[in-house]
Amino acid sequence: MDILNALVVFLNFVFIPAAAYGAQLALGALGVTLIYGILRFSNFAHGDTMAFGAAITIIVTWGLQSLGISLGVLPTALLALPFGIAATALLVLGTDRVVYRFYRVQKAAPIIFVMASVGVMFVMNGLTRLIIGVDEQRFDDGARFVITVRDFREMTGLQEGLAFRTTQALTLVIAVLVVWALFWFLNRTKSGKAMRAYSDNEDLALLSGIDPEKVVRMTWIIAAGLATIAGVLYGLDKSFRPFNYFQILLPIFAAAIVGGLGNPLGAIAGGFIVAFSEVAITYPWVKVAGYLFPNWEPGGLLQLLGTEYKFAVSFVILIVVLLFRPTGLFRGKSV
Amino acid sequence: MKKLLLATAASALIAGAAGAEEIKLGMSLGFTGPLESMAPGMAAGAELAMKEVSDSGLLLDGSTVVGVRGDSTCVDAAAASATVERLITAEGVKGIVGGMCSGEAIASLENVAKPNGIVMISPSATSPALSTIEDNGLFFRTSPSDARQGEVMTDIILEKGINSVAISYTNNDYGKGLADSFAAAYTAKGGSVTINAPHDDGKADYSAEVAALSAAGGDALVVAGYVDQGGSGVVRGALDTGAFETFVFPDGMVGQALVDNFGSEIDGSFGQNPAAEGEGREKFLEMATAAGFDGTSAYAAEAYDAAALMMLAMAAAKSSDPAVWKDKVMDVANEPGEQILPGELAKALEIINGGGDVDYVGGAAIEMVEPGETAGVYRQVEFKDGAMEVVGYR
Repeated sequence: MDILNALVVFLNFVFIPAAAYGAQLALGALGVTLIYGILRFSNFAHGDTMAFGAAITIIVTWGLQSLGISLGVLPTALLALPFGIAATALLVLGTDRVVYRFYRVQKAAPIIFVMASVGVMFVMNGLTRLIIGVDEQRFDDGARFVITVRDFREMTGLQEGLAFRTTQALTLVIAVLVVWALFWFLNRTKSGKAMRAYSDNEDLALLSGIDPEKVVRMTWIIAAGLATIAGVLYGLDKSFRPFNYFQILLPIFAAAIVGGLGNPLGAIAGGFIVAFSEVAITYPWVKVAGYLFPNWEPGGLLQLLGTEYKFAVSFVILIVVLLFRPTGLFRGKSV
Repeated sequence: MKKLLLATAASALIAGAAGAEEIKLGMSLGFTGPLESMAPGMAAGAELAMKEVSDSGLLLDGSTVVGVRGDSTCVDAAAASATVERLITAEGVKGIVGGMCSGEAIASLENVAKPNGIVMISPSATSPALSTIEDNGLFFRTSPSDARQGEVMTDIILEKGINSVAISYTNNDYGKGLADSFAAAYTAKGGSVTINAPHDDGKADYSAEVAALSAAGGDALVVAGYVDQGGSGVVRGALDTGAFETFVFPDGMVGQALVDNFGSEIDGSFGQNPAAEGEGREKFLEMATAAGFDGTSAYAAEAYDAAALMMLAMAAAKSSDPAVWKDKVMDVANEPGEQILPGELAKALEIINGGGDVDYVGGAAIEMVEPGETAGVYRQVEFKDGAMEVVGYR
């Protein structure tokens, strides 16, 4: 019983929150890594692209809600998601046309692209705030829980409860689907193969008759889709406020770099590594330990770091990986 | 003969006016900075009291009172000291309504007001540190110390039979001061605090904070935060994960927004906030509306009371010299005497001029205790069936 209680505490406070957060980071990192792999620069505007996509989705969600359309137990935002993706895709394609294409034609150094993306980030930053404002917005509806703490206790008779929110379940399911679709696209379709060829060797790809502009467009559209999905899931599960998306840029980059920039598998692994480290290092293990070792009284909370240092964890992981394995765990491109 | 009479009358008027002066009162409030939205209401409140007294013509042979605004910035102690310095030396104020925030209030009191012998009455600095400061009788406040709220909260919690609590406080001077003073009071009376941890406002996710609070355990969670900031986020997380079922809400959390956010999910929880209800409060709100500002703005009534206390103390001391009237502040604020509500300052001045006593109540139910701060009456609330109920005052 005690082992089961320890397991439930672990699931409730560490595993489920970290898994959902990890999936959100992984989706964000996939977008970053894709752009790095194919367009060869670190896109600092990715966090604000997520915010923009989520903002448009929220507005469409409100529209659907006012029309009385809903998805029952699922959040209405899922219906609005395609509109958000379309709007975001248009925005990033426009940005590429106006900003990045100029530098691509000039064959500018990657650092120039990065700086341009910082500028784009600020513009998108302002755009999102103009559209939806700086305040917190709530747009989740439908059932809040798959399992509530009370139901779980009654069901199992355990002392500890387990909560599993609908948004956490959705995040995990959608992340798996999206990752599967992305890998299928990259490995099985002609366009996907063209993208990988362009990523491996631009000149050879050109010689084989691949249209670089088409590859770039595909990349942006996929990145916009990933960003919007990640942004909406993050907003549904936690809360939407434009500034939050600026803040998760760091964990997202940490995830992408830990996994190896340019490597999609690495981005997913990196997302979960960063999320689990953040949660596990700031979690006080005293309760779990209490169930596992009933005779041991640690006298403290068994917490490695205070929760206010959560963001420092991604910094530390980033520095350690860059020092000892600059190409990341999964051998991405060297940064 | 007619001319002589006129001349006599005229000279009598001039002689009468000779005793009257224009008294300046400074207002050192944070017109810029993190509380800039509250400062205009407070200044308007203080100016309302000054206008009321000036119009009555009953203070010190018809003296008029004008307010001089200065920016204390709330966060920059050096800027606040410079502002108070300017108010005292350049403007020649006889008293200061301010400072607004605890840190700058302490700095400007220590550095400027004390050496110059000028009285400061703060409407809004609630840090417990101001209770013990060496002030030469020059500092008062019309708001209660957070130490007092800590004690009130301790009593309420212990009466409910809850002997161990976890505390989550918003990471600023207010949250930390309140959490620490509560923790001290609670442990002194036999309760145990399992964890006293901060949360930052404006974050998307409080699951890590809630996990820490839950691991530490406790029968209830004290949330010393803001209801439209991280405080609600922490409560949401604690409810979702089943970490806590009973919550204790101090003043920053008690409000309609709490009921709107959580409904019946927080049934059985309770809290307290400074009691601002009552006849005085109602009257102040009416007067504020008539004067064209929002009287419900935080600490506006307290600012009115601060200015009113200064002027009544001047009348009682028959002098506008702070060194003289500082000793009268406690007298006019407390019994014995006739109770004075907002809008009755003229009546109060008449009584004082006639040699009587007043007990100033004002818009914030002022009752001064040593060392020159209000005792603070708190309203105890409980949450039942998705609604907030007032169960008593203490």
